[in-house]
Amino acid sequence: MDEAIKMKAENVNFFYGKTQALKDVSLDIHAHSVTAIIGPSGCGKSTFIRLLNRMNDLIPHAQLIGRVYLDCQDVFSHAADPVELRRRVGMVFQKPNPFPKSIFENIAYGLHVNNIKDKDFVETRVIESLKKAALWEEVRHRLHESALKLSGGQQQRLCIARCLAVSPEVILFDEPCASLDPISTAKIEELILELKKEYTIVIVTHNMQQAARVADYTAFFLLGELIEFNKTQELFTAPKDKRTEAYITGRFG
Amino acid sequence: MRNPQRTEKIAFFFLFLATLVIALPVGLVVIIIISKGLPAINWQFLSDIPRQGMRSGGIFPAIMGTVYLVTGAIIFALPIGLLAAVYLSEYAKDNMLTRVIKLAIVNLAGVPSVVYGLFGLALFVVFFKFGASILSGSLTLGIMILPIIITASREALESVPYSFREVSYSLGASKWQTIRHTVLPNAIPGILTGTILGLGRAAGETAPILFTVAAFYLPQLPKSIFDQAMALPYHLYVISTQVPNVNEKIRYGTALVLLVLVLCMNLVAILIRYQFRKRKKW
Repeated sequence: MDEAIKMKAENVNFFYGKTQALKDVSLDIHAHSVTAIIGPSGCGKSTFIRLLNRMNDLIPHAQLIGRVYLDCQDVFSHAADPVELRRRVGMVFQKPNPFPKSIFENIAYGLHVNNIKDKDFVETRVIESLKKAALWEEVRHRLHESALKLSGGQQQRLCIARCLAVSPEVILFDEPCASLDPISTAKIEELILELKKEYTIVIVTHNMQQAARVADYTAFFLLGELIEFNKTQELFTAPKDKRTEAYITGRFG
Repeated sequence: MRNPQRTEKIAFFFLFLATLVIALPVGLVVIIIISKGLPAINWQFLSDIPRQGMRSGGIFPAIMGTVYLVTGAIIFALPIGLLAAVYLSEYAKDNMLTRVIKLAIVNLAGVPSVVYGLFGLALFVVFFKFGASILSGSLTLGIMILPIIITASREALESVPYSFREVSYSLGASKWQTIRHTVLPNAIPGILTGTILGLGRAAGETAPILFTVAAFYLPQLPKSIFDQAMALPYHLYVISTQVPNVNEKIRYGTALVLLVLVLCMNLVAILIRYQFRKRKKW
């Protein structure tokens, strides 16, 4: 593990009310690599990824003990601003969720709320983001049509483009292919491999093959605990923990 | 009752009868008012002042008075109601105070309109010394429709999917930016629908304007918001009960104008909702 560490979780415990969702999780996320988080439903993978951009702040009665760092800065310290954090750590959600606006407006939204008014700049950035998300050729002639007219896979790439437009450093993918067909899934995976050159990527997935295909590192969560974390190849070929082995060979999950 | 087919027929008959009983009076009201009122409607009736002790002439001042009152009520109630709804649905924490406020709003909706009239008389007419005026009447009507606007707006705001807010936050928007750019635009049709229904109510009520603004008879239009005004519902009350020997045609004509005014507002609300449903796809 030689790349620089972009984000770091240190002894993270997370509670929804009295239910403990994460137990003492420590995990390093390496810059310009893809880190996959796998595990059965309810193992805390979504909870974990949502800590990285403080989306869990919105949940009432949730409590965190432990630290999360982005470039060595504590993102939960009093001085840290969650709004600023989310500009640096973007997120793509499980269900494609475009706003009921035009394709162009969807992508410009993040720039708009960041007070970027320069029209030429916004236009350039929208086009750039669509190209990076491999959607430009499909939508170049209908930028001002409703984003809801796009197919599911296109909508998900639009959501990726929307996330790229604010120039994040880290992108969190929360089961981005869960509702997509295999061809759309392949496109998204291809895209993720392309994006890791420029961004640091964390992806939660139910699909072990997907983790094996796209991830450099893989973390296996079970019942809120981080069971094993290693380079993907090693985790899948020579798991150190019996539970990891049981999961990846399909004995449960 | 062993024959299930016969049971089915009997059940159908009673269910249909109940529905018919509801529809019939509504239809009759509309038919009677139209058939008796339509002969009175002409340009003079709509544009002239009442003449000969309101036994002939038109109802123009009453129409305009109602328009003024409704406009005033909306200028007052929409901003306050909307801001309160945003606070309650987006910002307020679920605690004792919030629950008391929500309960108060629900109760406010159930207060009889004549009580609003007395309240307006005490507060606006007497205490604030606005006198019987368009201002007092508008404020009273505004308070009366506040709960309608707040409730409709809250429902509209809360029906905006959580995922929209989530995405907005994830793109680095603050809470207010999320409300301003994502929640409000998607809630506006619902808010407008509620507002227009509130307006329809304000246009039709007699009791709240009885003590606060309504003039028995005014030969000219009000000149400022501190003047009294005539209003359709009160005018209808006056020519039906206070003035003897008013031609039935004029009474039903006035009722028809009021009915059409309120129905038009409801129609606009329905159209807005329909337009929005067509676009909405989540």
